[in-house]
Amino acid sequence: MLPVRYDRVALFASGFIGLLFMLLLPMAVEAFTLLEITIYVIMSLLALSLGFIWGYGGILCFGQAAFFGIGAYSYAIAAINFGDSTGAVLCAVGVPAVFAFALGSFMFYARISDVYLGVITLTVSLILFNLVNSTAGDQYRIGSAPLGGFNGIPSIPTLNVPFSPDLLLSPEQIFQVCVATLLIVYYGLRWLLASHFGRVLVGIRENERRAELLGYDIRRYKLGAFVLGGAIAGLAGCLFANWGAFVSPTVFGLAQSAQIIIWIIVGGLGTLAGPIIGCFLLQWLTAYLGALNLINSNLVLGAILVIFVLGVPAGLVPSILGLVSKFAGRRSDEQNHQPSAVGSTAVRQGPTR
Amino acid sequence: MSGAEYLIQTSNLGIDFGGVRAVHGVNFSWTEGELRCLIGPNGAGKSTFFKLLTGQLQPTYGWVKVRGRSIAGFQSHEIARLGVGIKTQVPNVFNGLSVRENIWLSASRIKPRYLLEAAVDSVLERLRLGAVRNRLVGELAHGQRQWVELGLVLATEPDLILLDEPAAGMTDDEVERTAELIRVINQRCALIVVEHDMEFIRMIAKTVTVFNRGQVLMEDSCDSVLRDERVRDVYLGKQLHAGLLGTEA
Repeated sequence: MLPVRYDRVALFASGFIGLLFMLLLPMAVEAFTLLEITIYVIMSLLALSLGFIWGYGGILCFGQAAFFGIGAYSYAIAAINFGDSTGAVLCAVGVPAVFAFALGSFMFYARISDVYLGVITLTVSLILFNLVNSTAGDQYRIGSAPLGGFNGIPSIPTLNVPFSPDLLLSPEQIFQVCVATLLIVYYGLRWLLASHFGRVLVGIRENERRAELLGYDIRRYKLGAFVLGGAIAGLAGCLFANWGAFVSPTVFGLAQSAQIIIWIIVGGLGTLAGPIIGCFLLQWLTAYLGALNLINSNLVLGAILVIFVLGVPAGLVPSILGLVSKFAGRRSDEQNHQPSAVGSTAVRQGPTR
Repeated sequence: MSGAEYLIQTSNLGIDFGGVRAVHGVNFSWTEGELRCLIGPNGAGKSTFFKLLTGQLQPTYGWVKVRGRSIAGFQSHEIARLGVGIKTQVPNVFNGLSVRENIWLSASRIKPRYLLEAAVDSVLERLRLGAVRNRLVGELAHGQRQWVELGLVLATEPDLILLDEPAAGMTDDEVERTAELIRVINQRCALIVVEHDMEFIRMIAKTVTVFNRGQVLMEDSCDSVLRDERVRDVYLGKQLHAGLLGTEA
């Protein structure tokens, strides 16, 4: 665990770098690269949503893509109907949250075990895939929005300045909106994890039985985390639908859900930065290998997953932090012979990073 | 005496596991401030009875009342909120968190923010865990983990505490320290202790309830229980006559 002062510095530094990234990158790179990076940012938001509920709530949801897809479709349908993206964004967060609430109530209040939870969430996303996939034809429409079946929904109205449908955001501005959203969600989750709710949630992950015996209603806490995770995934879906102005049933696909899990394992489960870093690295690698056209990128991804599960089971971020704190701890020991730099505040911030 | 004056009362409590009567016909009551030990040989139904009291198992017949309220159908956390603190046989602690964070999680359910830090410190001090407060609980020795769990239970300030084999796997020194802790805790709240270890029972017990074959064999002061012939027979595994089983003290 890092001493407090490093923690603070890291917190501000990461925020500062994030802001610089958001403001300066559109000037520094070409439009194509910027679009590419925008999709990395959007997917990191999705990874972050699962990283939160899995890493801190202990809920392994194999169908996080379900909420992502519902968010994307909700946005598309609402935006086409309203003509203004303001309400559509709210739908893209609200509909998946309500869906997560319904699904989560059923799973947590029925005390379904972790394995079945994985099976149920996976099945739900596959059902959604098949459902949406089979809505080709003019008879399937919601308001003025045709669902399009396997063809998806094209030419979705993209984000506009709130309540001004004529002022559309440029791709650069959408990039900035995506980065800003990621930063806000990241710091919001850090704040949440330092709060009472977050600490109890981590306690439940550590030992459900004990948390119950202390008088905490674990079902409510898990449901709360699950709904929040669903809402964040929906928000990512909304940004995704904006990114290409297009959404198709593949957003519900198995590959999508599996990918997120790999990002988190590589980046580091039980951290918030890990899923983001894992997502950036692996997406960049996939794109690079794809362009290289030498070797199948899925094969490489599989190999990386195996290497990490066997060799670096904690993931990148925890392993690197472990090394840094070892080094920093040794130095502060030499300086003042007091290992107390890892004080009570460090413990308080322990579960969040 | 009306039911409400008992902290815990059971009537004709029983549970069957597919034809096996693990516990049957237990009438048990327990008053404010009392320290009661439950003993009995392996398979006597102590732990099952314990689980019935804590709502981990639902009885086949009979009932359990806490402060005159039936706990049938209650969830574990609801029973805890009635003021019942439970320490399980295998330590149930938050292994990945520090000792301090463990106690904090427990105390923060009942304490307002401005009293919280002081409450956590006082529990740490009472259990003499101050020196290891920032260590991860998973890294501690077994005995210390048992105390951390005791601390978790104490921090919720229950009126009644149920301890399932609190001295299991402890060294002699640790057992003595645990006995001392239990006596201190008993000044403020009532306790039920399920135990095997007769030495430990002798250190803490006033009243002892003996279980055998799912029933209460006898209930008396510690000394007379330990002198009792039937109890010795039970502990030595001697076959009992069916008639003897029926006679309750």
